[in-house]
Amino acid sequence: MGQKSNKGIILDRIMYKILSKKSLNSTVIEMVIEAPMVAKKAKPGQFIILRVNEDGERIPLTIAGTINNGVKIIFQVVGATTLLLANKNEGETIEDFVGPLGNPTKIENLKDVCIIGGGAGCAIALPIAEALHKQGSNVTTIIGFRNKDLLILEDDFRKCSNELIVTTDDGSYGVHDNVTGPLKKLLSEGKHFDEVITIGPLVMMKFVVLTCKEFNVPCTVSMNPIMIDGTGMCGGCRLTLNVDGKKVTKFACVDGPDFDGYQIDFDEASMRNRMYSDFEKHTYEATCNLLNKDVK
Amino acid sequence: MADLNMKRNAMPIQDPKVRTHNFDEVAFGYSEKLAIDEAQRCLHCLNKPCVSGCPVNINIPDFIEEVKKGEFEKAYQIIAISSSLASICGRVCPQETQCESKCVRGIKGEAVAIGRLERFVGDYHRNLNIKNEKVKSNGIKVAVIGSGPSGLTCAGDLAKKGYEVTIFEALHTAGGVLVYGIPEFRLPKEIVKKEINNLIDMGVKVETNVVVGKTITIDEILEDYSAVYVATGAGLPNFMNIPGESLNGVYSANEYLTRSNLMKSYLKDSSTPIKRSKNVAVVGGGNVAMDAARTALRLGAENVYIVYRRSMVELPARKEEVEHAIEEGIEFKLLNNPVEIIGDNGNVVGIKCIKMELGEPDERGRRRPVEIEGSEFTIDVDTVIMAIGTSPNPLIKFTTEGLEVTNRGGIIVDDFGKTTKDKVYAGGDAVTGAATVISAMGAGKVAAKSIDEMLRK
Repeated sequence: MGQKSNKGIILDRIMYKILSKKSLNSTVIEMVIEAPMVAKKAKPGQFIILRVNEDGERIPLTIAGTINNGVKIIFQVVGATTLLLANKNEGETIEDFVGPLGNPTKIENLKDVCIIGGGAGCAIALPIAEALHKQGSNVTTIIGFRNKDLLILEDDFRKCSNELIVTTDDGSYGVHDNVTGPLKKLLSEGKHFDEVITIGPLVMMKFVVLTCKEFNVPCTVSMNPIMIDGTGMCGGCRLTLNVDGKKVTKFACVDGPDFDGYQIDFDEASMRNRMYSDFEKHTYEATCNLLNKDVK
Repeated sequence: MADLNMKRNAMPIQDPKVRTHNFDEVAFGYSEKLAIDEAQRCLHCLNKPCVSGCPVNINIPDFIEEVKKGEFEKAYQIIAISSSLASICGRVCPQETQCESKCVRGIKGEAVAIGRLERFVGDYHRNLNIKNEKVKSNGIKVAVIGSGPSGLTCAGDLAKKGYEVTIFEALHTAGGVLVYGIPEFRLPKEIVKKEINNLIDMGVKVETNVVVGKTITIDEILEDYSAVYVATGAGLPNFMNIPGESLNGVYSANEYLTRSNLMKSYLKDSSTPIKRSKNVAVVGGGNVAMDAARTALRLGAENVYIVYRRSMVELPARKEEVEHAIEEGIEFKLLNNPVEIIGDNGNVVGIKCIKMELGEPDERGRRRPVEIEGSEFTIDVDTVIMAIGTSPNPLIKFTTEGLEVTNRGGIIVDDFGKTTKDKVYAGGDAVTGAATVISAMGAGKVAAKSIDEMLRK
């Protein structure tokens, strides 16, 4: 529980309690973590960094919303740290939780917007869609999943979207296509968007940008590279941007996480995200074994 | 009568062949006997030239006099008047360009080993485990942003005067560069932890996981606190802007050292990865470059090169660290400058350098390196670590109205540490850009004094 000082600064203190936990699909989990200071400041598009245990790894997760003193995070179990986090239950605490980091998504003055989310990236897209809806923008949402079983947040998106299109790669639900299909269709029918905002796997964002380029529609992407501190200190999250033919280095943690999609070197970003893939695979398996042992 | 031995007493150290395989501290420090022996080399000069070489003017001859007598705690109390971090500064200060450079004994022979004596005295006091008393509060709250050497010093000085001090730290562990930057083998983290616990015993609160500028702004802090000291350091790493810097295997020294030191990726079971490299080039010649190179060696690298564009004479690192690095087998590729990092399939495979020669001195008197045309060559490496300096973090500047900074990003302060914003003081690397632990500490002391004077009015 945070401690309140005499004039209103709430200090989060050591305990970051899990206020609620639910599974959205087989690998995606939603948690609300008690962190009053972060909750007070968090805006759509910003992220937090957490550690599950002492000596744990620091991982960035984008904020999926706030509820009173709690910060909502939605994450896919992909590695050792997310697996450890997934094994924590309501009422338990995690070691560290810091934020809100990065810059909020720019939504002012946008009238007609297309939000495109892919997989677990939809969790990050949702608060942006909600904020746009709240300020009276016309929101068209396209969310894509590999199959019906992985579908998340459909009802939440329906509430804040003027039009919602769901796609699945295998056709088991909604449109049998990936997200670029409906986008291309809408744009070729003459639908106007002030901006497309997309969050999801790098390869998906790359193709959304290419589609936007075809129709000359501005496109913002949310980057999620490997990082440690989230305050500009390590430079591990650096990205190369192509600005007017010149290569510029930016740090996703302090300059982003949103960038002009036209400028991002996606191939380099994909390569950098794979830097530790062998190590990650190894620690994930080791953690699995450890957790299984505990269960037995 | 002073000991007239021309040579200083050597400090016992770990064998280089052994220490390159562990992260334990390299130097063991003086024994009581060695310390007294070394202290006897001090002439106790009347004009005390060494004191003028110390950024915080520690009364060096007087503390050494007490060491001579075996009164080690008294010696500590003399240092404590000017410095609260004796154990740390004794280990990390560049004494050879500060106090020891002024020592009369250094004219004919070697200077008195002031740094080693300071370290001995600091360690002696720490091992006494004297618990600091909680100071009676005067009810006035002061906030310190950043828990590096400058912030810790300012917090300590203000707490001693009765102020209720809260330190806000962005990372999950307090200590700043002492924890994320300087490796265990040069500064054991237990020492830093002890210094921080001393402050906590005195009543200082340490709030980790608070990024000022994001979690809370300075203006919000000022609603609750009477003054703020900004000691956020120079955390933003510089890159060279040469081709290939985005390849996998290129690190900023900050990232490399943070992974190893703060996140403990040197431990076998660490959850934070770090590349286990074979051949490493570290670009730069400062202490950070030495730390990164020696860390790489300890992580198992076979060949580690320091690539520096000037010569050995201009190398800015602490002399002892360079000596230790050479003993450990770090290879110095001097008068070379990288022009490109070469990659294959996204990974570093080499670093292309150009040979340099020294030209005319620059404004600081250092001879400017000039490229020798057509002299490019490639070193085969799988990892490149950029240790070419850091800049002040702009996070606070962006979110604090009225706080002015120079065009290099340093916060503008007057001689008393006061910024352009009312009730806000600043010091350390956040003001000067990357400098030393001792100068950051000195700035913390100055600011604590100014804050106290302002709040007394």
